Amino acid sequence: MARRQIYMDHNATTPLHPEVKKALREGMELYGNPSSLHSFGRKARHMIEESRGKVASFINADPEEVIFVGSGSEANNTVLSMLMCPSKVCSCGNADMAGREIITTSIEHPCIMRTSECLQDRGVPIKYLSVDQYGKIDFEELAGAITGRTGLVSVMMANNEIGTVQDIKETSRIVREKGVLFHTDAVQAAGKMPVDVRELDVDFLTLSGHKIYGPKGIGALYVRKGTPFCPLIRGGHQEQGRRAGTENTLGIVGMGKAVEARGKEMNTESKRHLQMKRALKEGLAGSIPDIRFNGHPTDSLANTLNMSFKGAEGEAILLYLDEAGVAVSTGSACASGSLDPSHVLIATGVPVEQAHGSIRVSLGRGNTMKDIDYLLEVFPPIIKKIRDMSSAYKRES
Amino acid sequence: MEKERNEWVYTEKVKDHFLNPRNILEDEQSYEDDGKGIVGNIKCGDRMMMVIKVDKDKNVITDCRWKTYGCASAIASTSALSEMVIGMPLEEAYHISPKDVTAQLGGLPEHKIHCSVLGDKALRAAINDYYQRNGMPEKVQKEEARIICQCMNVTDHEIEDAVLDGARNYYELQERTKLGTVCGQCKDEAIELLEKYKKKHFGEA
Ligand code: FES
Repeated sequence: MARRQIYMDHNATTPLHPEVKKALREGMELYGNPSSLHSFGRKARHMIEESRGKVASFINADPEEVIFVGSGSEANNTVLSMLMCPSKVCSCGNADMAGREIITTSIEHPCIMRTSECLQDRGVPIKYLSVDQYGKIDFEELAGAITGRTGLVSVMMANNEIGTVQDIKETSRIVREKGVLFHTDAVQAAGKMPVDVRELDVDFLTLSGHKIYGPKGIGALYVRKGTPFCPLIRGGHQEQGRRAGTENTLGIVGMGKAVEARGKEMNTESKRHLQMKRALKEGLAGSIPDIRFNGHPTDSLANTLNMSFKGAEGEAILLYLDEAGVAVSTGSACASGSLDPSHVLIATGVPVEQAHGSIRVSLGRGNTMKDIDYLLEVFPPIIKKIRDMSSAYKRES
Repeated sequence: MEKERNEWVYTEKVKDHFLNPRNILEDEQSYEDDGKGIVGNIKCGDRMMMVIKVDKDKNVITDCRWKTYGCASAIASTSALSEMVIGMPLEEAYHISPKDVTAQLGGLPEHKIHCSVLGDKALRAAINDYYQRNGMPEKVQKEEARIICQCMNVTDHEIEDAVLDGARNYYELQERTKLGTVCGQCKDEAIELLEKYKKKHFGEA
């Protein structure tokens, strides 16, 4: 088969949807400041509010419950940082949040993990829920962890590395029953499965533009009506005073179009991806010995397949695949220069030496069954080549 | 430095050694080595094995083969090292440093240097093994660790590892090793070693 160029790293980021590109080109003309009263400003304001409506209907929220922010990371930082809101100085009227405890999980995105660590240093107590071998949290552990001191629980909807999907509806039921605020990071789930804030019954929910074929540098935070809130970025009336700074008009226009386009194709896309993932999984399982698949076998994002290879290191696999034209990612530490392998794989009990040899394939709208065939052809010889020079692999036979 | 649009993370030489590794130990069972060294740990992400054959009259390495579990830099540096030492006198090979290997590869990104340091360690272990087997234990130079921070029990080896792992100043060194956090007496010596290892592995201090 001829060499192909294949992008299979859609959980890292996605290319712009053609409809988004078109909207962005038109949006480039909107240079007015959305806060200005003149016609230039009003035009920009109109486009922003139209996008807000689209994002709101994408997650079944009211438009005034949607705040545009700079990224999914910013949205997550905003939510967690409310817990150290300095009650005496801040005018947000949110006094009783300060100093309360946060409960989150051990497999969150780094922007939750790092922020939690930082908050802990500043005196906010943090509890981390464990996960089972598939990456699922335990509801009993959750219920037992919540105390009178708990101010917020944050559990991601779908994991970026292994694709495991949590039962957010049940999680939020347990949390809200105890009168505690609940946040979910839905950055990876959105656009790959239905996300309905009313059905999930959450207080906060995070979205990102570039994971759903929208532009980078734009995200959205859902805040349920009446929920206490304290901004992370202050000093402006924008976004109802909840996120200061002149709006990223172009980004917002792009994100509005992205959710609209994605909403239409999501179901068919997910079905297609699931078929492709199954073919890939079966094909690899049949052609590569000592392979292990990580994450939940069924409650998992349709586009995500994470696997570990005995005796082959992740960065080496990634670079050989790249040489063959296939772009994937690894949970291997070495690729990032740290010595610790993926905290997610370790939390799910993948042995350290296998976590070093893990690869994530994340499919997107551009991928076809032909790509899967190609990958199935180039992958096994690569693993064999790496294992042949590996001091940590002996074929059992 | 401006990066080319399509440039690899690594130099062309690294890429070449990674994609076309030389001197892999293909048939471990039937290879009759004169010395064998294994260093590293799969848990840390890399493990290397080097075997050598030696011309016993001339004390010259006549063949060198390897197996490596690790990332691209680890694989490329073992491959490059194996090419360097074939035909080299034992004495000279014994003193090859990670910097020599990196130079051979045309450099490595700073955060990948630690992936390359196992190569020369494995080679020294193989040479030591040869000395032991051939009745020359006096030639084996012990790389014994020396305790620098008495309070926290931190050795010079750990300081070197911390430098390779990215520590560039005393504060970062402390963060990684916890040395100097009790009585503080070790500070001057630790800083001296920090500068020494920075120079050794990264050139300019
Ligand atoms: S000797 Fe290092 S702190 Fe005391």
